[in-house]
Amino acid sequence: MRIDKDLVAASATPLVLAILAEGESYGYAILKRVRALSGGELAWTDGMLYPLLHRLQRLGYVTTEWRTPPEGRRRKYYAITDAGRAALADQQQQWVAVTRALNDVWPGSGALFTALGEA
Amino acid sequence: MNSVESQIAQWRAYVAKAPGVNGHDVDELEDHLRHQITELTAAGLTADEGFLIAVKRLGDVDGMSREFAREHSSRLWKQLMLSGEDELARRSVNWVEPFVFAVAAAVAIQIARLAAGFPDDEPTWFARNLSLFVLPFLAAYFAWQRQLDIRHWALTAAPFALAALVVNLYPWSGGSGTEVFGTDSDTEALAILALPVALWFVVAFPYMGATIQSHERRMDFVRFTGEWFIYYVLIALGGGVFMALIAGVFEPTGVDVDQIAAWVLPSGAAGAVVVAAWLVESKQRVVENMAPVLTMLFTPLFAVMLAAAAVAYAATGLGDAFDRDLVSVFDALLVVVLALVLYGMSARDPSTSSRGWMDGVQLVAVVSALVLDLMVLGTMIARIGDLGFTPNRAAALGLNLVLLVNLAGAAWLSARFLRGRSTLHRLERWQTGYLPVFALWAAAVVVIFPPLFGFS
Repeated sequence: MRIDKDLVAASATPLVLAILAEGESYGYAILKRVRALSGGELAWTDGMLYPLLHRLQRLGYVTTEWRTPPEGRRRKYYAITDAGRAALADQQQQWVAVTRALNDVWPGSGALFTALGEA
Repeated sequence: MNSVESQIAQWRAYVAKAPGVNGHDVDELEDHLRHQITELTAAGLTADEGFLIAVKRLGDVDGMSREFAREHSSRLWKQLMLSGEDELARRSVNWVEPFVFAVAAAVAIQIARLAAGFPDDEPTWFARNLSLFVLPFLAAYFAWQRQLDIRHWALTAAPFALAALVVNLYPWSGGSGTEVFGTDSDTEALAILALPVALWFVVAFPYMGATIQSHERRMDFVRFTGEWFIYYVLIALGGGVFMALIAGVFEPTGVDVDQIAAWVLPSGAAGAVVVAAWLVESKQRVVENMAPVLTMLFTPLFAVMLAAAAVAYAATGLGDAFDRDLVSVFDALLVVVLALVLYGMSARDPSTSSRGWMDGVQLVAVVSALVLDLMVLGTMIARIGDLGFTPNRAAALGLNLVLLVNLAGAAWLSARFLRGRSTLHRLERWQTGYLPVFALWAAAVVVIFPPLFGFS
């Protein structure tokens, strides 16, 4: 199954924010997490993640820090801020509203709603 | 492994050239690339194969750079014009367009000058309409450049037409004020001062490609204004040298140097408005290196000066002894500070959101300006209470209130930013969101003040 690119784009922000809400991370690890979460179906072009992260930074949703881990190269870490958590909560509400609506007109797809989690 | 290292180096060099991508971005992407390669080689691929797959997964550089550029529009703006050879070739043809508009402005001002008989005669209509002879050409240049459609051309032209009607049809009458710009009507003198400011904001409309809602475009316009000013001053300096040499060379031949100046100066000054705009757009990099240096240099100087002034006026109690001239000086000072802060903000690299000492210095400047502005306001309100409203006092009071609100908001937000409670983004939004207030105030002084005060 190939997910429409508009849907991929729309889900990118809540997904990244949610991953960062689990704990600070860096670009490559975030992408791996996205792949794992979606079972490989949400395939981003890797390079597109970074402009998105920079946008989140400009909006004040994440903070960044360059750090050099003991074993290797300098790496840019991203951590979610309070504003980011608020934005995430807002996004969650929107997605729940959308899935609830879809759920109502797609009889028999109750699994969709439970899969996304009751809010 | 060595071949992979050299391939990575080549890839780095290639990505770094893409518009909108800066050195830190490349570092970050390289880290990503290496991570991916390590993982792929661990899975059994050779380093070469790993490199190819990792690069492929990152996606094509054009698409990525477009995304980066959209996010960091200020960077794109700097590189748009100079990204490659094709662009250079295109630009070498492009100088014709600005040249045509510059010549048109130069001719228009010359016709107006001849009709007015300037400089022997200085009719007030000439001063009133001065910006209307120049700025429409700048607006038209941008409208042409941005390929606006008919509707947006009309929207660009409408304010100019309205301004022309207002300044020429209002029945200006002599008042009791002192003579400024050859008129003794205060409202007329104020309109002469405010009209260029209001029209400059009209130019913003075609400049931003008719998308006035975009905060990023507004910031671009602020940046453009600052750099246009720098270029204009540079051109004016060159023009001054040119005129001095003309005088030196032709004086002995008995040619009337004043006559030459009367022809060359107005046309040069008008044409330079368009030429400076074109230079800002096309030779971005030249000023780019200079502008942050200038703001870095002058923001601390102004901060020290303002802080000293605020302390001195507050301590010596001169705070309530401002006279009319001093109020004008302080108004000018506050406007310069605001311009410096705005421009410093627009010239800032948005990707470095860390708080530096410059932010502290800027806060000192803004807070000191705020204190001074409060003193000016206090004096002015006292004066109005004693002597009543006049056009000049009302205009100065309005300007100070507009500045006060802006400075208070800026001080509040930058203090929060410094303590890590807010983002630079909020501060930028405040300033870009406030720009229409300046435009509306300038427009109000031109359009509403004269009838309000009986055109006196």
